[in-house]
Amino acid sequence: MTYQIDTRGYYGKFGGAFIPEMLYSNIETLRREYLQIMDELAFQKDFRHLLRDYVGRPSPLYFAKRLSAHYNTNIYLKREDLNHTGAHKINNTIGQILLAQRLGKKRIIAETGAGQHGVATATVCALMGIECIVYMGAIDIERQAPNVSRMRMLGAKVVPAKSGSQTLKDATNEAIRDWINNPVDTHYIIGSVVGPHPYPDMVARFQSVISEEMQVQLKEQVGRPNPDLIIACVGGGSNAAGAYYHYLDQSDVRLIAVEAAGKGVDTGESAATSVLGTEGIIHGSRTLLMQTADGQIIEPYSISAGLDYPGIGPMHAHLIASGRAEAVSITDREAIDAAFFLSRQEGIIPALETAHAFAALDKINYASDDVVVINLSGRGDKDLATYIRFLEEA
Amino acid sequence: MNRLTQLFESKKDNILNIYFTAGYPNLEDTSTIIKNLATAGVDLIEVGMPYSDPLADGPTIQESGQRALQNGMTLDLLFDQLKTTRQYTEIPLVLMGYFNQVMQYGPDRFFKACADAGVDGLILPDLPLEVYREDYQELMAAHGLQISFLITPQTEDSRIRLVDELSTSFVYMVSSASITGAKQGIENTQVAYFERIAAMDLQRPRLIGFGISNHDTFSTACRYARGAIIGSAFIRALTNTDDVAGTCHDFVAMIRNTALKTTV
Repeated sequence: MTYQIDTRGYYGKFGGAFIPEMLYSNIETLRREYLQIMDELAFQKDFRHLLRDYVGRPSPLYFAKRLSAHYNTNIYLKREDLNHTGAHKINNTIGQILLAQRLGKKRIIAETGAGQHGVATATVCALMGIECIVYMGAIDIERQAPNVSRMRMLGAKVVPAKSGSQTLKDATNEAIRDWINNPVDTHYIIGSVVGPHPYPDMVARFQSVISEEMQVQLKEQVGRPNPDLIIACVGGGSNAAGAYYHYLDQSDVRLIAVEAAGKGVDTGESAATSVLGTEGIIHGSRTLLMQTADGQIIEPYSISAGLDYPGIGPMHAHLIASGRAEAVSITDREAIDAAFFLSRQEGIIPALETAHAFAALDKINYASDDVVVINLSGRGDKDLATYIRFLEEA
Repeated sequence: MNRLTQLFESKKDNILNIYFTAGYPNLEDTSTIIKNLATAGVDLIEVGMPYSDPLADGPTIQESGQRALQNGMTLDLLFDQLKTTRQYTEIPLVLMGYFNQVMQYGPDRFFKACADAGVDGLILPDLPLEVYREDYQELMAAHGLQISFLITPQTEDSRIRLVDELSTSFVYMVSSASITGAKQGIENTQVAYFERIAAMDLQRPRLIGFGISNHDTFSTACRYARGAIIGSAFIRALTNTDDVAGTCHDFVAMIRNTALKTTV
């Protein structure tokens, strides 16, 4: 049994490409060409070079001594927060911009929630001298103001998505519509392992550098390539996909997917898709999503803009539905507390999204001799305004 | 016989297909709009099932859908409204929506409800051809429902042939690379595309949609296909009126240019 994608673009029963005909030509071109382009020696050379000298990879695997002592286990942090632009998102945008160039595209569009993917896209577009338009929910533009300024400074145009809940889901809708209106010259850099095939697999492959490095670093530091647990937060699920990728078919490695419970799974203000979701179609993919009995997509809620999404990538839907991955839900409050705890234990301020992964340490079982890797997917600079609100109580 | 089959057998040109969103502007307008469009001389009606995330649609249709959902529109209610309306008119009715709506209702139950309500065809722009062929082709045929798939200026010839083969009603020609309601008018590049498709001699009748908003664009489209589909322009007309029934008649007269003819 494999948890990798099959030849038709499905993970088990999840995935596929449920797209209007207006997108077919672009998606089909990608599907036909992505593996071939990614396998080219020249592509790999460019990709690896930029990851090393521009992004700063490999990102360190850091043994968190005080955190480990507190939780009485062995906790290693995969430091994606130290990447250029401050999160794992750039691994994917570097890959996709190189791919877009080889497809002859002259214009880049992207959606963003927390703004990390928007910044990572604006960055690679500046690097390559390509026009960049980023769609962002009007509400997210307010709550992630520093990232909006960064994108503008990098020369990107930030377009507010004003429909629906005015968050990540709606930004994605707007980006897809832009692509329908501009099918020839434009490439859409999706920021997560969501969307129609081949996006989930393509983004997972670009992010798989995370687990590729973990194998080598764990071998060096603990003498074996496999950890006992990998913990990662999941909105769409790209950092988790990257951290799991090379361990998907190694059953001795427990995979923990941490979702945003918002104000609580039962409060009606949540983004815990694996608990609240049912099978359906969102953004061209058959997966788990939060919806009404009539199939209307429900507006999610999380304090973290990057986890505020009503679906999850089809890979994660399959991992969770099959029991391969364990899902944990973390509330806003638990995430905030975990962010302060990590800051004061290890001197690392995590992104709000990432803070959810740390809060999971209080919810799951592990042994004192286990090796636990937490994917520290992003840094918290962008979330300071939110954290400051809680500073008095901390 | 399916009403769509009947229509395309009996009428060879200038077929006017009007789209509206069920439950917009008011919940109970569905029936009023269908009856009045039918008496105003529309040939077939596309009833939009309002959806929260309509990827192929522009702001006009999306906003009408949101309003309809706020009004309390559901699929069960829509089927009830259609069943009642069927007592008054034999106009062909096509339901347009997104595949997730069918999936959640349950495909078998959905197709049966369509048949019971007198629906003749479906347009589900995000239903992949191969999924239709493998899972739903037989089921829909068993319920007497026809389906129309879309082609665009980017669709390759081999795929156009496949769409023509799998569509059991008309082929929906998207006039340009766009979402609904995005563009006005018809340009030369579009005419070249219309001519290219016309020359392919497809077995199914073609209707052209997207960007058709007035008598001129309707007439142009009708020169290259059996007829045309109008959506966003009609929704805009409904948005700005208190007289839904009157707007149906005025709008169709404007498209057909009959208002002008009677005064000449």
